[in-house]
Amino acid sequence: MTIHVEGHPITAREGDTVSAALLASGLDVRRATAVSGAKRLPYCMMGVCFDCLVTIDGVGNRQGCLVPVAEGMQIDIQKGKREIGK
Amino acid sequence: MSAVPKHENYDVVVIGAGPAGLAAAEMTAGFALSTLLLDENAGPGGQVWRAINSTPVKSEALLGSDYWSGAEIAKAARDSGAEIIHRATVWSLDRNLEIGVSVGGGSAFIKAKRVIIATGAQERPFPIPGWTLPGVMTAGAAQTMLKSSGLVPDCPTVLAGQGPLLWLLAAQILRLGGRIDHILDTTPRANYIAALPHAFAFFTSPYFGKGLAMMREVRAKVRVTSGVTELAASGNGKLESVTYVAGGKRETLPAELLLLHQGVVPNVNLAMAAGVEHRWNELQLCWTPVLDAFGNSSIAGIAIAGDGAGIGGAQAAVWRGRAAAGSAIKAARSNAKVSDVSPQLRRAERGRAFLDVLFQPAKQFRIPQGDTIVCRCEEITAKDVLDSVAIGATGPNQLKAYRRTGMGPCQGRLCGLTVTELMAEARGKTPQEIGYYRLRAPVKPIMLSELASLPKNDEATKAVVRG
Ligand SMILES: Cc1cc2nc3c(=O)[nH]c(=O)nc-3n(C[C@H](O)[C@@H](O)[C@H](O)COP(=O)(O)OP(=O)(O)OC[C@H]3O[C@@H](n4cnc5c(N)ncnc54)[C@H](O)[C@@H]3O)c2cc1C
Ligand code: FES
Repeated sequence: MTIHVEGHPITAREGDTVSAALLASGLDVRRATAVSGAKRLPYCMMGVCFDCLVTIDGVGNRQGCLVPVAEGMQIDIQKGKREIGK
Repeated sequence: MSAVPKHENYDVVVIGAGPAGLAAAEMTAGFALSTLLLDENAGPGGQVWRAINSTPVKSEALLGSDYWSGAEIAKAARDSGAEIIHRATVWSLDRNLEIGVSVGGGSAFIKAKRVIIATGAQERPFPIPGWTLPGVMTAGAAQTMLKSSGLVPDCPTVLAGQGPLLWLLAAQILRLGGRIDHILDTTPRANYIAALPHAFAFFTSPYFGKGLAMMREVRAKVRVTSGVTELAASGNGKLESVTYVAGGKRETLPAELLLLHQGVVPNVNLAMAAGVEHRWNELQLCWTPVLDAFGNSSIAGIAIAGDGAGIGGAQAAVWRGRAAAGSAIKAARSNAKVSDVSPQLRRAERGRAFLDVLFQPAKQFRIPQGDTIVCRCEEITAKDVLDSVAIGATGPNQLKAYRRTGMGPCQGRLCGLTVTELMAEARGKTPQEIGYYRLRAPVKPIMLSELASLPKNDEATKAVVRG
């Protein structure tokens, strides 16, 4: 299936989580932390560390490692503070 | 499988569909108690049997027979009549056995006569310099991707740490054709001697033969360095190298992926937020709930089963699940014929003390120094924590006011143990005396819109306010 990362289409496998699909895509999917802007990638992949936070279909701060991919999903990488309204 | 709970009241609500929760729910439903099983994951299996119904890795030998043994228990739970809901995150539980669960973008409140918490374990924090760099992950994270998506590392990879799961993961990665360049074993040498008195029980337990075979399988293929006493990850914006010290010699390895693991510890957030009494466990170096032989906690009606009750492994989790279920069934139907599972539980727990002592992580990998980050969410270092102690922070809850540690989205899951041990050491107290973060609902962040969408009856409002 196809999902979109910052507008780029990538192929994901049914059963993947958003974080797994992002890591497998080969794209630079590092987010920037809200505190210092440091780059991060998912650390635990089981819902405890919150380093996988992404914006999914316009909703910010979702745990990408817990959300299964769905056809046509729009993913945005979070850069620093969560934007107002997301 | 249904989207939202069908009822508002259940005889038993089981939280977590790993070995403990599946076994418990199957049994209570089997005795015709109305049973609801809630789990945050997309499918059953918990950590050990993750993606048991959906893994693309179908060949039996690759994941091993211990993995596939989960299929039967998952099926039994599915056929038991228990209502099972996945992608359902429990964010609150209180002493009235009222449960707040977030499912399908909304929240629901349900009430139970008995609650069995089976939320399992998480990997112990491994705070080394550079552990927040992209390219540093837990071994469990790699295993999760392997089981759910069939993904294995194909870049220069270092696996560092200790414990049975480290070797299991290494074997699984290699069997799937993945790449591991070097294993850095941090097991303290002195632990081998300390563990000897417990060796007999271990040698006669099922772990022994399996563990040994797995270590041999891995050692035949990967360079292993033992006695590692220091570890650091470095790189600019991403991992570029891993530096370690073994036998007094410092070496640097180029690496794009560093997988860390030093054992697992109970996932305490939900139980602590419900008010369940926990104590510091000197052997496992973590908080474990105070429980009776059936997993019943200090709060009437709440039992804890599985690794959340103290690390015992998957087999013990199954039997603890059944013991807790038995107790719930007896409470509801005093004349029910429930068999005593304590012999099976004792057998499953055999050999654990040996593993606990042998794989007790070294102090320098639990209590970091200087600029090493302790709290990943708020980016607070060991030095920051010690500075706060110097100006008067006495425990983790005061520290929150100084540094916001534990107040980020992970709610202390990745810093709590470190903060307790670090402050205990700095203040010359025991971890028990220092204590832990006071945890509150919601134990997982929920969207405000979810709260807004809750039914506006008195009870629901009270539950939120109480939180
Ligand atoms: C990352 C990781 C990998 C592991 N891999 C193995 C392995 O391969 N082999 C092995 O022998 N042992 C493994 N273990 C050890 C593990 O603890 C097992 O002993 C076993 O899975 C424990 O079973 P359990 O039923 O206690 O909990 P788990 O299997 O951990 O199941 C707990 C379940 O609770 C759910 N949950 C947690 N919090 C909530 C909440 N708030 N709301 C809803 N649901 C929730 C989780 O989604 C999970 O499915 C692993 C542990 C970890 C942390
Ligand atoms: S990667 Fe840790 S919570 Fe998602």
